[in-house]
Amino acid sequence: MTAASPPIRVLSRYLLRPQAPFHFHSRCQHLARSQRNSSAVAGARLNNSVEYDSTPILHHTSRTALQNPELPEDVRKGQTKRINLYTAVNDALRHALQTDERTLVFGEDVQFGGVFRCTMNLASDFGTERVFNTPLSEQGLVGFAIGAASEGMRPVAEIQFADYVFPAFDQIVNEASKYRYRSGTTGVHCGGLVIRMPTGVVGHGALYHSQSPEVLFSHTPGLRVVIPRSPTQAKGLLLSAIRTNDPVIFMEPKVLYRAAVEQVPVSPYYLPLDKAEVLKQGKDITIVSYGTPLYTCSAAIAAAEKDFGCSVELIDLRTIYPWDRATVLESVKKTGRAIVVHESMMNAGVGAEVAATIQEKAFLRLEAPVKRVTGWATHTGLIYEKFIIPDVTRVYDAIKQTLDY
Amino acid sequence: MSLRSRCSRICSNAIHRPSIYFNASQTPSKVNPVWQTCRSVASTPSAEKALFPGALNSEFTNTLEFLRPSNKKSIPTYRVVDQYGGVINKEMGVETEDEEALVLYRNMVCLSIMDLLMFEAQRQGRLSFYMVSAGEEGIAVGSASVLNPADVVFCQYRETGVYMQRGFTLDEFMNQLFSNSQDAGRGRNMPVHYGSKKLNIHTVSSTLATQIPHAAGAAYAIKLQNMQNPEIEPRIVVCYFGEGAASEGDFHAALNIAATRQVPAVFICRNNGYAISTPTSDQYRGDGIASRGAGYGIPTLRVDGNDIFAVRRATREARKLALENGGQPVLMEMMAYRVGHHSTSDDSFAYRQKIEVEDWKRRDNPITRLRKWLEGRQLWDEDKERELRSRTRKEILAAFDRAEKLKKPAIRHAFGDVWEDLTEEQRMHVEELRDILRRYPKEYDVDQHEGGVESLDELLAAKSTK
Repeated sequence: MTAASPPIRVLSRYLLRPQAPFHFHSRCQHLARSQRNSSAVAGARLNNSVEYDSTPILHHTSRTALQNPELPEDVRKGQTKRINLYTAVNDALRHALQTDERTLVFGEDVQFGGVFRCTMNLASDFGTERVFNTPLSEQGLVGFAIGAASEGMRPVAEIQFADYVFPAFDQIVNEASKYRYRSGTTGVHCGGLVIRMPTGVVGHGALYHSQSPEVLFSHTPGLRVVIPRSPTQAKGLLLSAIRTNDPVIFMEPKVLYRAAVEQVPVSPYYLPLDKAEVLKQGKDITIVSYGTPLYTCSAAIAAAEKDFGCSVELIDLRTIYPWDRATVLESVKKTGRAIVVHESMMNAGVGAEVAATIQEKAFLRLEAPVKRVTGWATHTGLIYEKFIIPDVTRVYDAIKQTLDY
Repeated sequence: MSLRSRCSRICSNAIHRPSIYFNASQTPSKVNPVWQTCRSVASTPSAEKALFPGALNSEFTNTLEFLRPSNKKSIPTYRVVDQYGGVINKEMGVETEDEEALVLYRNMVCLSIMDLLMFEAQRQGRLSFYMVSAGEEGIAVGSASVLNPADVVFCQYRETGVYMQRGFTLDEFMNQLFSNSQDAGRGRNMPVHYGSKKLNIHTVSSTLATQIPHAAGAAYAIKLQNMQNPEIEPRIVVCYFGEGAASEGDFHAALNIAATRQVPAVFICRNNGYAISTPTSDQYRGDGIASRGAGYGIPTLRVDGNDIFAVRRATREARKLALENGGQPVLMEMMAYRVGHHSTSDDSFAYRQKIEVEDWKRRDNPITRLRKWLEGRQLWDEDKERELRSRTRKEILAAFDRAEKLKKPAIRHAFGDVWEDLTEEQRMHVEELRDILRRYPKEYDVDQHEGGVESLDELLAAKSTK
């Protein structure tokens, strides 16, 4: 085995918790790219593998990466490097550890670099007082993080998979979110807290390596819920999450850890935690999504625009809560049609909130019902993922139906 | 990868390695505890120890014998004075100055009188809720009296004596109980959910045991801060909880992470025999809470909670121990009896005999035990007692009247402090509420609140919610 191989302890952990991006050799990166739709049917026109190398979602050149108007002037004049999403997370953590000695990074298996490599080399560079393993207890490590934050530290706690955040649900919902409110004039809060967790489907994660529980946290006042779509977003949003004085649930789409590779500014920068981003301008229909499904939407839009001669606007919500109503409403008032796409199930999902808001605030401009393309009301059974999670065909068909209404 | 190289990996990670921000010379020197000991894992047929990585000090045995807790002697209960106030070890004494003992006594009496009056006030409908500390005054007052004021405290809810001993004023208690405009919690919390930044006590939340992992994390923060600023006096974190709360997963999670991160924290369990109606026999089958400490690798002591001198000496030693070797957790189980009802929403005679309670009140409680000791030293008598009780009662009632007359907090505080700043969504909601209050003025008691409806205008105008 090469030096990059995981220790045997981690291997055994992987046998217990199998998931896709288990590629410790860099040469496996290319395999990971086509992982998600590797079961694409021969001859399929819509449901093909996601083309990460050419998708307009990612910055393939330094020039486009630096054009982003959200970046400060000095960063736009700086350098970029081509990195994947886990490296972008690592970059952000490294910067936070370097610039603020209150920053702590911990969780299960974080010290050797993390099962997704997000904390690679941080323990050796910053010491095991600040980057360390915790016992295998989500409620324990989140409670520990809240306590450390309440005494002035800026802990970045990692839950190994979003599927395993539920033991810490009480700590997040009853404690982290309410700490500042209940402390009143004492001014004590746990706002330095960030809870990172890999989220979303990954090809063969089945029931407990696939979930997207963002809506459970967006139903809780006091929390910020953030989901980046790309390495650039991951770096800028994570740095903002660590800097803000509100507790943040930071969900990283794990299928993108290795697959999403783009040019990312080398300098640190901060992206806003309450702004959606219009990824693509359009005039006939608005698609609102976030995280991995944006790649699906992008492919569906390309096919639909070609087939139907329509023009689709694509919005990345980025922050699930508090979310940017203004950007979404402005778009829908212009297009008159809207589709919301997400992996988690429809009932009381993010789409329900977005659709209800559109209905309430843009009622007179709507020319079709707001369509929701989401996971079905079932669990993510191992071999059924491709039938359950929104794919290019379903988004394509939703565009068709909404246009035809 | 061989098992041997795996071992070396673990050990290289486990070695105490100060970060770039900490000077290695500031780190206290350490004896190598067992979890840092590295050795070859391969065992030979003649090896006396098993050398499995999960229990490095375990020896082989040929005897098949289950470890049976029922065969073990119960962990003893540490005490300093007997129930008649007599000092057991005369040479050692009580380590408490007379004047100090009088302060402790006055605080315990004040707490018990406040409890009686507030319980009654709730019965009259003047407070929404209350919880007394009867029988457990010694644990809270005694332990708090030997802490450094800078030590950080996390409470469950039956530790009013900690606040009192640390200097929370009667007005502050009453303001919180009445949720008035002076309440530090801005009227958001139920009564008895006190908090004070000045006294370094985190605000109480109703959720049981959630504060235990907080204490572990806060102690870790303090450990790093102690290392960063060696000039300031080292601090610890103290965390209180009942024996019922110790059944929560958070107790397990907290003690385990406190041990693995070696944090300077003292965990104080008040074992008062009941969790609402549930007796300890339905709560656990081991030897109380103290027996669990060893399982986590945590130094542990069981203490007579009715003996304030024992509580003080134990807490002082625990504090020292918690700061040893760069920090380590300590567990103490303080034995007591919950003399009062669980809360004003509970009638405890539905599940326990009145006679049992009366027995405890008469036979042994922390206040009478200290009083007997004071009387034994001619420091206290019936006149002093009468004078103290009458004066304290008047002071409490005066604070009660002041607090009851104050207005409720401004309505804007219903929305503030959720996030650091008001969100756009909150702004919409405040506007809607303001509109409703203006159009239906007779349906709401806005004038009881400071600033009336206008406080919402201020909130919308202000940039920050603070």
